[in-house]
Amino acid sequence: MPAPAIEPEQFRTQISDWIMDNCPASLRNRPMSEDSIVWGGRRWTFRDDDQRLWLERARQEGLTAPRWPTEYGGGGMTRDQEKILREEMARLGAPPPLESFGLWMLGPALLAFGNEAQKARHLPPITQGEIRWCQGYSEPGAGSDLANVQTRAEDMGDHYLVNGQKVWTSYADKADWIFALVRTDRDAPKHKGISFLLMDMETPGITTRPIRLISGKSPFCETFFDNVKVPKENLVGEVNRGWDIAKYLLTHEREMIGGGARGLLGGRSLGAFIDDLDDGALNDPVIRTEAMAAEVDTLAFAMTMERYKDHAEAGGGVGNASAMLKYYGTELNKRRYELLMSAAGSDALEWDGPHGTLAAEWLRTKANSIEGGTSEVMLDIIAKRVLELPSA
Amino acid sequence: MTSLLDTEEEIMLRDAARGFLDGAAPVSALRANRDAGRPCDPGLWREMAQMGWAGVLVPEDAGGAEMGHRAAGILSHEMGVTLAASPFLSTAVIAATALRHAAGARARDALAGIAAGETTYALALDEGARHLPEHTALRAERAGNGYRLSGSKTFVADGTTATRVLVLARTGGVPGEAEGLSLFDIDAERAGLSRARLDTVDARDHARLDFDGVEAIGDDLLGEVDDAMRLLRPALDAGQAALAAELAGLANGVSAMTLGYLKERRQFDRAIGSFQALQHRAAHLWAEIEVTTSAIANAGRVLDETPDDATLAVSLAKARAAKTADLAVREGIQMHGGIGMTDDHDAGFFMKRARVGAEWLGDYGYHAARVASARGF
Repeated sequence: MPAPAIEPEQFRTQISDWIMDNCPASLRNRPMSEDSIVWGGRRWTFRDDDQRLWLERARQEGLTAPRWPTEYGGGGMTRDQEKILREEMARLGAPPPLESFGLWMLGPALLAFGNEAQKARHLPPITQGEIRWCQGYSEPGAGSDLANVQTRAEDMGDHYLVNGQKVWTSYADKADWIFALVRTDRDAPKHKGISFLLMDMETPGITTRPIRLISGKSPFCETFFDNVKVPKENLVGEVNRGWDIAKYLLTHEREMIGGGARGLLGGRSLGAFIDDLDDGALNDPVIRTEAMAAEVDTLAFAMTMERYKDHAEAGGGVGNASAMLKYYGTELNKRRYELLMSAAGSDALEWDGPHGTLAAEWLRTKANSIEGGTSEVMLDIIAKRVLELPSA
Repeated sequence: MTSLLDTEEEIMLRDAARGFLDGAAPVSALRANRDAGRPCDPGLWREMAQMGWAGVLVPEDAGGAEMGHRAAGILSHEMGVTLAASPFLSTAVIAATALRHAAGARARDALAGIAAGETTYALALDEGARHLPEHTALRAERAGNGYRLSGSKTFVADGTTATRVLVLARTGGVPGEAEGLSLFDIDAERAGLSRARLDTVDARDHARLDFDGVEAIGDDLLGEVDDAMRLLRPALDAGQAALAAELAGLANGVSAMTLGYLKERRQFDRAIGSFQALQHRAAHLWAEIEVTTSAIANAGRVLDETPDDATLAVSLAKARAAKTADLAVREGIQMHGGIGMTDDHDAGFFMKRARVGAEWLGDYGYHAARVASARGF
């Protein structure tokens, strides 16, 4: 695998050679489906041996977390190198060897806020795909008003005692550990009494119940905490300062959700997608007009993601503009799926029909503009923090 | 490709342009010009030329500053913020790009005239209500060593004030074909050419040009006969990208004015900008402007780095800019309420220029269709 300090073009060649040698042919250029995602974890079963082989080879080289330090199983790459890796994987049709909330969310939070023992204990199982994490943020009374968390963690001297309920915990029924926002001070202003706590899902007192969605799927759960004893070493950062970590991760999450619009087409035009669904659909003047407008907006949005990436890389960060990326990207994604449904006509109406699970995907996009902060909350953030419009 | 962010030099150029234009060409200058029946201020162009803006795309050996298309976009954007009227687009961007592609000593002299601020150009292209270069019918017929031009052009920007005119004429083929078109560079005062100003909503110089057997000698032909598109394509790409930048600047200008009003105007004992209905619309507008800004930066980058393959980037920028400017001016007037409808207020100037800018060099539909075609549908 490439040494860190080599020329970009040489790095690109090495990476693409390595992918061609190591990514099993059966995985390459395979249409994305639910069972092509590898989440890992204690109870994970691979769809086939090639999937397992690809993860084993990739994690050995640190490719599951390209930019994390090598001591935790990361690849130790620079941003530019990671970009090249992603470009080459996309070009060669190689799927991500592992995806998880640990890689996307908890890892970056621990790298920024965790202590050495927490990093050493939790990061390697994430990069190796051995532990699957879920995120416990929202509660029945804390949705858009996330800082209103009521799940309590009481300081019992040698441990915390956690009681309460989380909702919309993605894949909680399949996860091994949860990172959660809990209230550690009930008297402080609501943002100032929250802490960031890690819990093993096998701890006595934790139960989960899947929520069936309009798409027919149950990617989210309710999670209940009933006198759960949590070791104190599992608190990340300072007690009562958990909101800082939550904000950091929300910014991160919003960029990621917003960026989904770009990943969706992988550079293919919306016209090409519509043609695949029904090669006559673009003759419909309304579909054609809307597809052209959506294509214009998609390309301009992809450039906006690029511009903000450049900004972040130049050290400027993205900050409150992540609200704009999240808002725009998710609204655009919903618009595109509406178009795909129109283009596919009645063929798209079966749960498992001629176009596979398009109907379920279409319904799933409706959550894009709700999860991670609704579009309306994003517009509030832009109005108040970017445009500095006055409060009521 | 390089980053989409402004470099330090570009930030300096932007700041310098902003500083100059705020003093020399605020919206009140446009109002004064309109009230005096003046399409633009020749003194302003002389100052711009002295700062190197006229020669922004002119090679250094012809006396230009040769700063590139990103820089041209930055200047154009800043002019849009205060609606500064100048021959910049027609002369410094469109004509300069066509002349650069024409090469030769004659083109070099013409470029030197542009950089010096002495020569200004108008592009006489469209003959109907839509931007359709291939539909050119104006004829250039062989006469002795040269040609005679007959026909009419309309919506010619800077048509009455320019000292020279670039005319797209048919030397072969039939209207509708891209082949058989030639580009002529003639003196605006030449016999047989009459220019009539159109009283357009943006109060700028737009004209109808009638050619009644106007003589063009061999030297007036720019590039090769029947091969206008080799020069015109890059010139239009450059012009469309710079116009898109102007429209983005316009959107920023009117949006800043509107945000200011939302913070200061009080109704029901509170600033109207504290109402969520208005906050969300202002936030949405800001998001649209951000997305358009990226498309503009990308178009400038592509024109500087891979100009032969710029259609997609340029049309994307122009389509986005037309739509965003339209949203910005509509929200601007609505959020200002009654005061925004008065001629005393500046908001209307932005709306009128946005409408003209949306039509000039191809409207939203024209450019969205080019994007779709470049993307294979």
